[in-house]
Amino acid sequence: FIRFVVLINYPLYIRSVPTQGELKFHYTVHTSLDVVEEKISGVGKALADQRELYLGLLYPTEDYKVYGYVTNSKVKFVIVVDSSNTSLRDNEIRSMFRKLHNSFTDVMCNPFYNPGDPIQSKAFDSIVSTMMVQAC
Amino acid sequence: MDQGSAAGSGGTFISLSDTEQRCYSGLYALCQPDSSGKPAAGKVAELFRASQLPAETLHQVTEACGAKRLGYFGCGQFYVALKLMAAAQAGLPVRLESIAGELPLPVFVGITNELEMHYPNQPLTNESQSHILGSVAGSAPRPPADRPVLRHPDTSMDKQEAWSPPQSPGISPPRSPSAYRSYPYGAQRNGTDTLLAYDAKVPGRPSIPQENSSPSYYSVKLQPEQPVITRVASVERLVERVEVDYSDDPWRITEEQREYYTNQFRSLQPDLSALIMGTVAKNFFTKSKLPIPELSHIWELSDVDKDGALTFTEFCTAFHLIVARKNGYPLPETLPATLRPGFVEAGVVTAPPSEKILFGSVDLQVTSRPGVTAKQEARDESRKPEFSPKRIPEPHEKPIQHVSTLKPDSPQELDANMKSRTRPRSYSSTSIDDAMKKVEEPPTPPPRPQKTHSRASSLDLNKLFQQSGQGSRPSQHSLSAKSGWLPPPPALPPRPPATQIFSFLPGSEKSSQKAVQQPNFADFSKFREEQESSVRGLSTEDLTPPKSESTVVHQGHAPQKPVRRKLHPESQSATPPSATPYSAATLTKSSQRPPPKQKREIQMAIRKNRETNAVLTRLNSELQQQLKVVHRERVTLESQLELLRPVAST
Repeated sequence: FIRFVVLINYPLYIRSVPTQGELKFHYTVHTSLDVVEEKISGVGKALADQRELYLGLLYPTEDYKVYGYVTNSKVKFVIVVDSSNTSLRDNEIRSMFRKLHNSFTDVMCNPFYNPGDPIQSKAFDSIVSTMMVQAC
Repeated sequence: MDQGSAAGSGGTFISLSDTEQRCYSGLYALCQPDSSGKPAAGKVAELFRASQLPAETLHQVTEACGAKRLGYFGCGQFYVALKLMAAAQAGLPVRLESIAGELPLPVFVGITNELEMHYPNQPLTNESQSHILGSVAGSAPRPPADRPVLRHPDTSMDKQEAWSPPQSPGISPPRSPSAYRSYPYGAQRNGTDTLLAYDAKVPGRPSIPQENSSPSYYSVKLQPEQPVITRVASVERLVERVEVDYSDDPWRITEEQREYYTNQFRSLQPDLSALIMGTVAKNFFTKSKLPIPELSHIWELSDVDKDGALTFTEFCTAFHLIVARKNGYPLPETLPATLRPGFVEAGVVTAPPSEKILFGSVDLQVTSRPGVTAKQEARDESRKPEFSPKRIPEPHEKPIQHVSTLKPDSPQELDANMKSRTRPRSYSSTSIDDAMKKVEEPPTPPPRPQKTHSRASSLDLNKLFQQSGQGSRPSQHSLSAKSGWLPPPPALPPRPPATQIFSFLPGSEKSSQKAVQQPNFADFSKFREEQESSVRGLSTEDLTPPKSESTVVHQGHAPQKPVRRKLHPESQSATPPSATPYSAATLTKSSQRPPPKQKREIQMAIRKNRETNAVLTRLNSELQQQLKVVHRERVTLESQLELLRPVAST
């Protein structure tokens, strides 16, 4: 399975395949937020390049891995994949985050989108769907 | 052939061969359409089952032919469905495109009789209408049917009409998708009248042979067909509405529309080559009163370079989508090909939609004619307050060409005929223009409304169209099709505020705000008229004391009492009458209202606004009184505090 979450301390967009066990994932995502905060606060440098945006494997739990990515505006993307899915390499995760970020900026460009609203963009959904299909 | 319906079949101008027509008409007769031209659902279902297609396919067929949208099988839809079934039986996918070509007749097991020629005498409502539209030129008489307006009987007389006779006068509930197409603009105008006329006509018209089958034009547009069907529903609401289909493809920007969009663009950004910023565009499009998620989706579709700003092309696309949405078309998931930025150059000159447009698209066709550009422009100018010749010349020409998609062979004369005929009808188009303008609530409302009518455009667009129709602006016919596009949403805004006046006290603020907002969307002409009528409207009618007024007037401010009293009659009179007209007015779909009603409504609106105004004034004074009181108390308390302070400090 795989799960995409976009959040700014509260979820803006959640998409997962398959869709059961939501609660557990919610918990995971929220705990991962702590790790994200720890990572970004620890970065003292003023520069925030792409590599820093990608936080990498936040922590591997017993049966799934969590990857994090934070934008310059503190919007966090979290991807949760199960540990059995070894086909996903780090590069692929990075590219997924990049695509997510691009789609997210497109959503932001829409003047009708108020930052902080849940993301309801169809274009964004379609991009996430393609990524999910690729990953699973 | 008789029924000519073949062409009409389901609006998508699918050309039907003679045999197909015969067969289809026979089947149609078999299905026993009732007086309104709708085949009995049971018989249709039976027929479908007899085709031995899997349920899924039948489902697709039903959807594709547009019957789902209409809720029943109109003549056009029926024919399209038959063709689709033939395609499915031949192994082709159930798509509108696949029926563009020649197909073997569908095989129906168990339904052998009547297939022959029962040429349905029944009015192919759908078809007749559609063809009336003028596909005269050979354009298979696409059943403009949907558009009741379809065309003027005069023009239809030609072959185009062939179909029309069977049309039932009804505004064409069956609006076949083709009808949409063919209706390119103006059709609506006369629609009802023409429809009636059509009924009388005999299908003997020039065989609406499918040759005309303008399959080309319509088949291309098949995709939009479905949206067209939906539009039908919305159009129906609009009542006479503009069938909006300007040139068979709702996703195509016609010349007039482009002009309008250009004007709107100019109002936001004088330089055509510059960008409109996102916030500016947002405010502008928000005025169209579409829900935000839809606007967001439209933005995503139209902002192809994803820069958060709209170029002129993107702006036209977005505007067009908004207009389409307002007319009831569902938003596409992806940008239709005709709206892509690179499309304009294409200059679709496929099967000239002219046929369909013949009547309806009066403008379109006229314009579409390669040679007619000039005329169109002339008309456009008359129609639109500003005609910007500078508009991207390419797009204009292209749309013109494609709009008219008039078949290359379509005789120019036909257009001329139509043009002349349609001209009187142009009013509807004008109204559409106005409606369009109103939708967007351009910053410069005053210039807009004038074209078609002085009446508050904010009122029901239907009324507008009717008025315009009555006004019969000679030049404006072209946009009749387009008129269908703009639903009268703009008319709505003025209404709600009026109704709010009823709840004076609690809503007085709100209503006042709304009243203020009214001008945003309302046609300024309306207000002008209101002013005139307000004088009349102020006649006091003795009615029960206004509810809110009494509440507001709590304080016994002597000076206010007389004011209140004065206002009472106004409010009283205004509220009750306004309530009704407003509720009615809010129904944009309501049938046309005669001008006097509109005047009354306007007067009511004025009265209401006045009442609101008075109420707010009273409120204001009362609150100020309270403020004074509170102030005095404060001063008292402060002085006491001062006295006590020395005591406390010690």
